[in-house]
Amino acid sequence: MGAVSGAWTWLATGAHWAGGDGVWHRLGEHLYLTVVCLAISCAIALPLGLLLGHLGRGGALAINISNAGRAVPTFAVLVLLVLSPLGRYGQWPTIIALVLFAIPPLLTNAYVGMREVDRDVVESARGMGMTGGQLLARVELPLAFPLIMTGVRTAAVQVVATATLAALPGGGGLGRLITAGFNRYDTAQVVAGALLVAVLALLVEGAFVALSRLTDPLRHRRRARRQSVNSRGLPKRWVTE
Amino acid sequence: MAGSDCLAANDWICGEYVRSRSQELTDATLQHLWITGASVAIGLLLAFPLALVARRWRPAAGPVLGFTTVLYTVPSLAMYSLLLPVFGVSAAVVVTGLVLYSLTILVRNILAGLEAVPEDAREAARGMGYGPLRLLFGVELPLALPAVMAGLRIATVSAVSLTTVGAIVGYGGLGNLIYEGMNSLFKAQVLTASAICVVLAIAADLLLLGVQRLLTPWTRGRTNARAARRIRIRARKAAV
Repeated sequence: MGAVSGAWTWLATGAHWAGGDGVWHRLGEHLYLTVVCLAISCAIALPLGLLLGHLGRGGALAINISNAGRAVPTFAVLVLLVLSPLGRYGQWPTIIALVLFAIPPLLTNAYVGMREVDRDVVESARGMGMTGGQLLARVELPLAFPLIMTGVRTAAVQVVATATLAALPGGGGLGRLITAGFNRYDTAQVVAGALLVAVLALLVEGAFVALSRLTDPLRHRRRARRQSVNSRGLPKRWVTE
Repeated sequence: MAGSDCLAANDWICGEYVRSRSQELTDATLQHLWITGASVAIGLLLAFPLALVARRWRPAAGPVLGFTTVLYTVPSLAMYSLLLPVFGVSAAVVVTGLVLYSLTILVRNILAGLEAVPEDAREAARGMGYGPLRLLFGVELPLALPAVMAGLRIATVSAVSLTTVGAIVGYGGLGNLIYEGMNSLFKAQVLTASAICVVLAIAADLLLLGVQRLLTPWTRGRTNARAARRIRIRARKAAV
């Protein structure tokens, strides 16, 4: 219990929140890294995953990249990038590592989401004369949306976690509070920093769960469908029109 | 001669490093292996009863799955730091953290595997006079094994990778060497330790895949049957 009250005292001390090593500054760095890297990795991985899923090609790549991403230690990649010639360019090694580890969940979920769209629905949309682009935008994308968002959420949590580790080789972010605590044998600061990181990760997870529910283009239909599933599981729009 | 040069030049790949520090590398690898192995084994031992409780007693399923998901969201560095005041600087910090991570994957997969057991198989076993225990170990678990093993493989590979972060408390196996190499800018040490880490993860994955094949000989037949069906369907489509 001593550790918890110590961490609480640490967090309640105003001086720990201000300045270059303060919580606000580190939180700002952490959020900045998270937003920038998530945006870059979405811009790279989502179009690729959607296209591969739409074409039904490159499945082995899209799925195995997640397994590969799990086997490679994030800490090792961070240190390798910092020691490489890239290490001279400030935050770039951190940004590259964060993007690399955010891509696998995005790519795999986008691909699987697109492939799991009911083939009958795709066939009937083609039969209605939809072009490839229309099919992708109006049929596949709305139906694949929940899985795509699961990928974005997983990637966001992954980026928050990896950004924490970036503090070990000297990057910015909330992880610096933890490493500084370790260097000073200050358990209160270590626990306080860890609490902040854990809360941030949980908030990001919760925010993305809420976001995917609110922005789901089929949110009303999915709810209705759960109550009355028609025989082929087709959304009502295509059955009645 | 050329060997010592690569140490002096701080090259990424250095045979002399591997030769002169082989003892250090072996020790780190062994520590890595026992931390990972112990964590996954304890995780499996805990996940099994948790999954059974969640299945038998429905109201527990939501909280059990929710709690393990929350644990999984906590970043590794924060997890080890939060466990530090509980265990002090010891291997228990890393092992406990990894156990908590593996619980999420294992409970979910064991539960999914047990749920997917066909009701017919259960009925047949009951009809043959199987009691609940024999039903579980003789029928349900073997049928759930592919899902359980899939979870075990993911948990093991993740644990191999997350053990490295244990270097923060000095119990990170190969992560300790990466941490040291980071502080002394020793490229060969960082690259060698990282490479061994990836090799360990792949080897563990393949080993578990082999165990799964041995334990579930019937699935191989099924895959062949499925492939044969697919070929038949394709042939029919081509004929049309």
